[in-house]
Amino acid sequence: MEVDYSGDVMTLNMGPQHPSTHGVLRLELKTDGEIVADAIPHIGYLHRCFEKHVENVDYAGVVPYTDRMDYCAAMNMELGYVLAVEKLLGIQVNNRVRCIRIIMAELDRIASHLIAAGTYGNDIGSFTPFLWCFRDRETILDLFEETCGARLLYNYNWIGGLMFDVKPGFEKKVIEFVDYFEPQVENLNTILSDNYIFIKRTASVGILSPEVAISYGVTGPNLRGSGVKFDVRKDEPYLGYQDIDFEIAVGTGEHGPLGSCWDRYMVRIREVKESCKIIRQAVAQMTPGDVRESVPKRIKPPAGEVYMRTECPRGELGYYIVSDGGPKPYRLKVKSPCFTVMSAFREVSRGSMIADIVAILGSFDIVLGEIDR
Amino acid sequence: MTPQEIAALLTEKFGSWILESKPDAMNPWSAIEPGAILEIAQFLRTEESLSMDHLELLGGVDYKDRIEVVYVLYSMKHRHRYTLKCRMPREAPALQTVESLWSVANWHEREAYDMFGIVFEGHSDLRRILCPDDWEGYPLRKDYKSPKTYRDMPV
Repeated sequence: MEVDYSGDVMTLNMGPQHPSTHGVLRLELKTDGEIVADAIPHIGYLHRCFEKHVENVDYAGVVPYTDRMDYCAAMNMELGYVLAVEKLLGIQVNNRVRCIRIIMAELDRIASHLIAAGTYGNDIGSFTPFLWCFRDRETILDLFEETCGARLLYNYNWIGGLMFDVKPGFEKKVIEFVDYFEPQVENLNTILSDNYIFIKRTASVGILSPEVAISYGVTGPNLRGSGVKFDVRKDEPYLGYQDIDFEIAVGTGEHGPLGSCWDRYMVRIREVKESCKIIRQAVAQMTPGDVRESVPKRIKPPAGEVYMRTECPRGELGYYIVSDGGPKPYRLKVKSPCFTVMSAFREVSRGSMIADIVAILGSFDIVLGEIDR
Repeated sequence: MTPQEIAALLTEKFGSWILESKPDAMNPWSAIEPGAILEIAQFLRTEESLSMDHLELLGGVDYKDRIEVVYVLYSMKHRHRYTLKCRMPREAPALQTVESLWSVANWHEREAYDMFGIVFEGHSDLRRILCPDDWEGYPLRKDYKSPKTYRDMPV
């Protein structure tokens, strides 16, 4: 969009305490009337120097720290880390651990996408879907609580296994939830996704072209919203995702240009359905076994380095771990999907209206805990 | 391309600029001459058979005797990955920016500057990103001592 910025430019701070910034993020807006000439994100308000902390704790002790990065999808955060360390140690987990990890990761993906969709509707001005999403998310959190005692920060995935086995009847409850939840997605579509006002607010806003997205290292639903068919679960499978049948959800641009806010939002809704499919298959593949069978007594990986990435709800999460042969990680660098997508924010939002800033930010579905680490 | 082929191609093309290659490592890498980063990165980005269009990770590592910057590159087209490493002395480490090749490098380089004090020459906006602007020291360096107070507030 070509805009003439010759008028008076005013600087406006949005955040760090603003409900629509989804955390403590400050946007420095240069506004010309209602038009945003430039939007400069300032991050770091939640910076805890996670990467420094973990250099002082042993490998197993890092897991609770990873939970606190993306607190909306903690199961996926710790999964990436334990897979990286297992790769470094050369540990193979048994089938039961594998299936439970897939079920937990996908349930968490659903929970996280429900927050994304619910709060996005809320940002745009629709309150009911928010309540519906949180109601359904509650069932997932109950399942987590029953298994590991925590509702948000689990410390459930251990290096080489799991904290506890699932309780008897867990599989049945999961299938019951999936049976209940799948039709709910259609309800959500009726009230929000296909809502005329919602489409008007989002479908031609915040266009992110595939080339720009790749250059900015955007991954996950945000990249797929631009029509790029890329999913780490398919393209670099871990945990045996290659044996599971599911589709990569991509944006199709049916309500406007490809890569709009609506496309990004819709990818998440489509992914939720795919997650349900994955969960059903993982439950069917479950076999008896000991979930702590391959948990090592002493974790001292050989000197070397590993890069492991997994598909977490917000995109591709990468752990780069350098080991010096000691009991603590020498260096741990996290490639955070929200960090990279936030770097593209300035480019995407330039020239939009102030109200659309909220729509664009919501469609990126960021979690500041993970950006700032 | 396999990591072995990429390593061979780089050695053939750049010769002495490639200091060491480990294509059989768990995470295959080549250590390169820091001064040549922009040219080698440009080659990896634009060469048709490589097309490394996705900068997955850029970060520093402090090895006490040197500082290393790691570039994990991936090709969306060919689905292959390769890692570059630039080793520099700990005093005043500096590199050319690769912002012109991957836009995301802007923030990654700011983070590496913030955490390790690595200066990226030609960077459009080299400021601290996670720490406050007036923060002193580079937290992820191994010899970093955290301050007792910041603006009279206990840390």
